[in-house]
Amino acid sequence: MSDNYLSSPRGIKSWLTTVDHKRIGVMYLASILFAFLLGGIFAILIRIELLKPGHNIMSADTYNRVFTLHGAIMIFLFIIPSIPAALGNFVLPLMLGAKDVAFPRLNLASYYIYVAGALLAIAAMVAGGVDTGWTFYTPYSTTTNGSVGLMTFAAFVLGFSSIFTGINFIATVHKLRAPGMGWFRMPLFVWGMYATAIIQVLATPVLGITLLLIIMERVFSVGIFNPQLGGDPILFQHFFWFYSHPAVYIMILPGMAIISEVIPCFSRKTIFGYKAIAYSSIAIAGVSFLVWGHHMFVSGQSPLANVIFSFLTFLVAIPSGVKVFNWIATMYKGSISLEAPMLYAISFLLLFAIGGLTGLFLGALATDVHLHDTYFVVAHFHFVMMGGTVMAFLAGLHFWWPKMFGRMYSEAWARVSAALIFVGFNVTFLTQFVLGSRGMPRRYYNYLDQFQPLHVFSTVGSWVLALGFLIMAGYLWASLRRPMDAPANPWGAVGLEWQTSSPPPEHNFEEVPLVTGGPYDYSTPEPDPAEVHA
Amino acid sequence: MNAWIRSVLMPVQGTAYAGRVDHLYLFLIYVSAFFFLLVAGLTGYFVIRYRRRGPGDRTPHITHHHGLEAAWTLIPLAIVMFIFFWGFHSYMDVTVSPADALEIQVTAKKWLWQFEYPNGVRTINELHVPLGKPVKLVMTSEDVIHGFFVPTFRIKQDVVPNTYTQLWFQATVPGIHELECTQYCGQGHSTMLAKIFVDDEKKYNDWLATGGDAGKNMPLAEFGAMLYASHGCRTCHSLDGIKGQGPSFKGIWGHPVKLSDGKSVMVDENYVRESILLPQAKIVAGFEPIMPTFQGMLRERELKALVEFVKAQK
Repeated sequence: MSDNYLSSPRGIKSWLTTVDHKRIGVMYLASILFAFLLGGIFAILIRIELLKPGHNIMSADTYNRVFTLHGAIMIFLFIIPSIPAALGNFVLPLMLGAKDVAFPRLNLASYYIYVAGALLAIAAMVAGGVDTGWTFYTPYSTTTNGSVGLMTFAAFVLGFSSIFTGINFIATVHKLRAPGMGWFRMPLFVWGMYATAIIQVLATPVLGITLLLIIMERVFSVGIFNPQLGGDPILFQHFFWFYSHPAVYIMILPGMAIISEVIPCFSRKTIFGYKAIAYSSIAIAGVSFLVWGHHMFVSGQSPLANVIFSFLTFLVAIPSGVKVFNWIATMYKGSISLEAPMLYAISFLLLFAIGGLTGLFLGALATDVHLHDTYFVVAHFHFVMMGGTVMAFLAGLHFWWPKMFGRMYSEAWARVSAALIFVGFNVTFLTQFVLGSRGMPRRYYNYLDQFQPLHVFSTVGSWVLALGFLIMAGYLWASLRRPMDAPANPWGAVGLEWQTSSPPPEHNFEEVPLVTGGPYDYSTPEPDPAEVHA
Repeated sequence: MNAWIRSVLMPVQGTAYAGRVDHLYLFLIYVSAFFFLLVAGLTGYFVIRYRRRGPGDRTPHITHHHGLEAAWTLIPLAIVMFIFFWGFHSYMDVTVSPADALEIQVTAKKWLWQFEYPNGVRTINELHVPLGKPVKLVMTSEDVIHGFFVPTFRIKQDVVPNTYTQLWFQATVPGIHELECTQYCGQGHSTMLAKIFVDDEKKYNDWLATGGDAGKNMPLAEFGAMLYASHGCRTCHSLDGIKGQGPSFKGIWGHPVKLSDGKSVMVDENYVRESILLPQAKIVAGFEPIMPTFQGMLRERELKALVEFVKAQK
């Protein structure tokens, strides 16, 4: 086996100081998987506590800290960096036929800033804990005890890591495409990453400013959000959601981007509606900045604002729907095989459809008023974020795993694990739609007795889900212990990343690839070049 | 079918408005079911019909289809606009309160609900309203943001410090309805519950005329037990010795208790009274100073009743 990026150069120091996008991607991957494990443990603890009303395994105070950490870790340390910083870092330059990202040192800096932010977050957990919920709503967050200041500072620092990755991707897409790769010859994964990067760069600073204002208020008693100091608590919600709504698209657009790669490959078919998918990513990125107020329908903002935000929210549903129809149409007359990446892509299609459709209930004012701040919202959010982004992340992880590590994993165990995760997820979260509709508020340590049977059902589902992930950890770990046996292109995919060896050499390609066709030329016979993306 | 779906998924309809919300909710259930079955059905059908038969499979080169793409953009757009207008239209019903509505003042604080009626009567964690009459709530919070949610009425509104927010409803089902806090507010969030008593107008008026003094003829300790439940004491103070967010009442009477400043104090009438009115004055060791004050919210006889109740917890 010739030298590859994993083995050359050698030594721990060469890893810690690397500017190779592939190694940085792998370091990010290890870090976010650790964060996912931590957040997952907190999730299981939450579900065990909710098995029956009242005290079960922890006090109300501990419970509030645990659900805050579950949310904050999953959002800031796992989902936001998951696809862009881990998988995207690895494959984006390869897909473009580039040697690296545009600013390799900035890329490494982004990783260390992420680590620093993560350490600050862990320090906040240990030193006093945080009980504000991941949303940090004021005036609760500026008056409660605990390490809120440290935690908000951690989120502030993590924001820079996200911004740096965004800047890097934008510059890379503009400047480092291989000869012949026009904008409409880029894989849709790159379009998705590009749209994500735009949001990261434009929205994250607003979160940074907002979190700094919270710190100012807590430390110097400057009245910004706390009414007792003359501030306005609703202002915080506007600032927070101005970032955090686009941020859910920072989380879901990369997931959609992966699905656009996996479905054509495992259907052996050209993507249907390339331009519609590409433009819908950009449309989502644009409109996502104008819908934040739908998180505040019952906050006391004016009814007129509610009506406008409801209208805009329905508009943002359309591009997502267009993508789903395009993916399904891609499978039409394909040659479909159900390896692990495709199983997760299909899980994504089904679960994301439910996540999107239940969004209609929350976008419509009359139904939202009833469902707001209940388990219905919790379930909707998990269907989009876990059923959507995490399933897509798993599809991508299984798709590119052989490329990243040069090893295949056990396909049989991967299928078992995919089935358990799908079933466990639905048992856990479909139940919560019913809980929410019946009036179970979110963030409740204690609850009315009538909700108990459904809570038990949901908790059992979380155990099935956890078992699925444990099996996955097992077979992925086992694959790393095996000799490198993966071929350069195990799935018969057409992207540039599959033209180099698995794992790729240090500088990605032996020679700079020349792009002469579209990104999804799976169909045979070879298409007439004039017909493609005319 | 519709009634069955509603009974599984939704609570009882306590207002006419709840019926209108459920109407839209059911419509959305059908729309969602249709599109989900479309997505799942096509995916399932394609996966089976076009399963890979061998490495030599040939697939057609289909890049796009303008008609199809226009259809699946414009038809969903029309559907979501219809849903938008429906949601907006029903929402207007709950936004504008009738001019003749009975006005009740609501004050939320960690972790209780206080209600003040037009004649000055005040209640805690119990809201009494007449059946079939529009009731308007003018709400504010004394500390952080809380949320006023009555599932059976399908209404919800955040309660914000330094601001008045409003809600109105017209209850059509007599009996007790649950009120839950839906904006996360800390340790007592999930126990910040109240009960809404919907009674016919005569019963409501009788209740209001007696000043809501249901305990007038009760023995003090029994009256205290009722206040213990209705005023949220049980949220933090157990009766079985289990440590909650506050000390348990079991067996504390007549014994000294250790305070956070190292001193100790005898649990007697004056200490219990002070702890209710000035809860921050003496904090029992090992607890946080989180109890709200009940200064100005309890009458003398109610204080005595609570003291007697604590005394009775051997």
